[in-house]
Amino acid sequence: MSFILERSNVDEAGWRRAAESALQAGGRLAALWGTDETGSFAAHALLVVHDQLLWITLPADERYPDLSHAFPAAGRMQRAVADLLGLRAGDDARGWLRHGAWSADSMPLRKEHPVDAKLPEGDPRYAFVRVDGEGVHEIPVGPVHAGIIEPGHFRFSVVGERVLRLEERLGYTHKGIEKRFESLSLEEGARLAGRVSGDSTVAYAWAYAMALEAAAGARPPARALWLRALLLERERIANHLGDLGALGNDGGLAFGLAQFSRLKEDLLRTNRRLFGHRYLMDRVVPGGVATDIDKQAIDAILVEADRLEEELGALRAIYYDHPGLQDRCINCGRLTGPLAAQLGVVGLAARASGHALDARVFPGLPPYDELQPRLCAHRNGDVAARIVVRFEEAFESLELQRRIVRQLPAGACLAPFAQPAEGRFGLGWVEGWRGEVWVVLEAGENGRVRRCHPHDPSWQNWPALEYAVLGNIVPDFPLINKSFNLSYSGADL
Amino acid sequence: MDKLLRRIVLAGIRTEPAPIPDPSLRTGTPTLSEDILRLLGRALAIRHVDAGSCNGCELEIHALNNPYYNLEGLGIKFVASPRHADLLLVTGPVSRNMEEALRRTYDAMPEPKLVVAVGDCGCTGGIFGESYATRGRVSNVIPVDVAVPGCPPEPAALMQAILTAVTNGRRSSAASR
Repeated sequence: MSFILERSNVDEAGWRRAAESALQAGGRLAALWGTDETGSFAAHALLVVHDQLLWITLPADERYPDLSHAFPAAGRMQRAVADLLGLRAGDDARGWLRHGAWSADSMPLRKEHPVDAKLPEGDPRYAFVRVDGEGVHEIPVGPVHAGIIEPGHFRFSVVGERVLRLEERLGYTHKGIEKRFESLSLEEGARLAGRVSGDSTVAYAWAYAMALEAAAGARPPARALWLRALLLERERIANHLGDLGALGNDGGLAFGLAQFSRLKEDLLRTNRRLFGHRYLMDRVVPGGVATDIDKQAIDAILVEADRLEEELGALRAIYYDHPGLQDRCINCGRLTGPLAAQLGVVGLAARASGHALDARVFPGLPPYDELQPRLCAHRNGDVAARIVVRFEEAFESLELQRRIVRQLPAGACLAPFAQPAEGRFGLGWVEGWRGEVWVVLEAGENGRVRRCHPHDPSWQNWPALEYAVLGNIVPDFPLINKSFNLSYSGADL
Repeated sequence: MDKLLRRIVLAGIRTEPAPIPDPSLRTGTPTLSEDILRLLGRALAIRHVDAGSCNGCELEIHALNNPYYNLEGLGIKFVASPRHADLLLVTGPVSRNMEEALRRTYDAMPEPKLVVAVGDCGCTGGIFGESYATRGRVSNVIPVDVAVPGCPPEPAALMQAILTAVTNGRRSSAASR
């Protein structure tokens, strides 16, 4: 961790003030979570203001000030804190992660409960916001969807085919990840971090390793950092290929799915051959990376990059020239720049709405400070723009791969380090393919995890989908949803 | 259009031979008789339910339909409703929040029906285990015929598990396209 982090304890007035001044300075809320300090509780918020990171901590017993007026994305994060720890902010008392598996007064993340506690069941009912008026009706979708996709519930209020309102209800894949972390050693936690959202396993594993290394005051070898970047870019390419295929398919061009899924499979097979795992799980470990590469592997990556670039170029020309696909995608699911900023949208979706947000261009995150990646963005904020950004980023990642393997520093790729002392903390921040992934980690006694909060970009971007779909027709929802491709598991925890 | 057709021709046919069924993946004795399985043949309809996975297994289930594995080429396809399905493919440790939805999906399937539990989490609960939020393995919630481990299981292993469920491990009818 070589970025500058400012950490301060605040009171309620300070909590409000910090959020307001961050908002006025054009900053954003990166994450919000709570902790049980054994005997007392605290709410935490992470704010990013230009090139400054601000971590504020507010001791709280029951209620603390609501930040959702300044940062709308805070709403669901605050509800999750209420469900897990019982600290409340704002006036939406409906459970978010709590569906009925535990009661409103159980609070499973409190230290008093063991991980396998049997908690009393709660009321599973949920009050969706009703839209009234002539001809309005509701379409409930999920949690089990028609395709091969994660579970969640979407409640559409429509007139004819036009969407008047979409309300998401998530939390179905809540697996108690944060509680599980607290039953693991710091070393074991890396494996769990890599499974918060499987499609972003490299981003999470790296963010966790970064947090643990920061807590321990350790620096992984330069070669390890460069190899991590190689793995992260390969994860980005694989996911973009998959999404580009699926978007073609949802837009009525099945040819795209067949072609892109073939290219993705080729890439995954190379991953398996060179790194031992198709999705690169458990390749990033605390202290470095688990697999080094040799001259032969470098050659294979370079050959693959050339071939993929040619194929990607040909498919891009076909996508951009295809009237049927363009008709489906242009002006569909539009998220305007100002709205994206107001909602605090991050990652790929933010860049497609004209915002220059990418942790890889933030100063002080090696090796990207040396690699200097090109930030890919678009202004329109529609499905077509999110397709363009994916194409451009895939090309840029292929170029980054080339630079990485050609300039790879010599030396070890793994350096063991002493476990951090109890109470030490660290922060990890990685730009995954979907957006920024954060891991906040605090060491406990004897090398255990005291608290770990992984934060997925989907927390910020799910609410934006509710806006992007407004005024569109219901049959375009799968296309719009896919163009964001958000994680359920990552935000359900 | 000519560019598109050119790509199709250039890519050629990539489909690989299907794996051979492996009876050791069975969790118990077959629930369906030989007669019924012969009737089902390989024309199998699958309904997938993510009961709480990290979405890693979903990536590999998607891969089953890419040109290399071409599951549909074997007569096996994914369907949108449990009412159309012969086989339920379940991923994840079953979260408490998905427990009821999983049961209802299973109940909505017509008899006879098969269940394949996918991945380390589906088989044992995996790294998430059982907790206030999860019920662990799939068989803690619904009956399971075949369980395929892996994190995530690779597409060939998934295919093998599906073919094992539908053939009772008979080799002859499953392997050829």
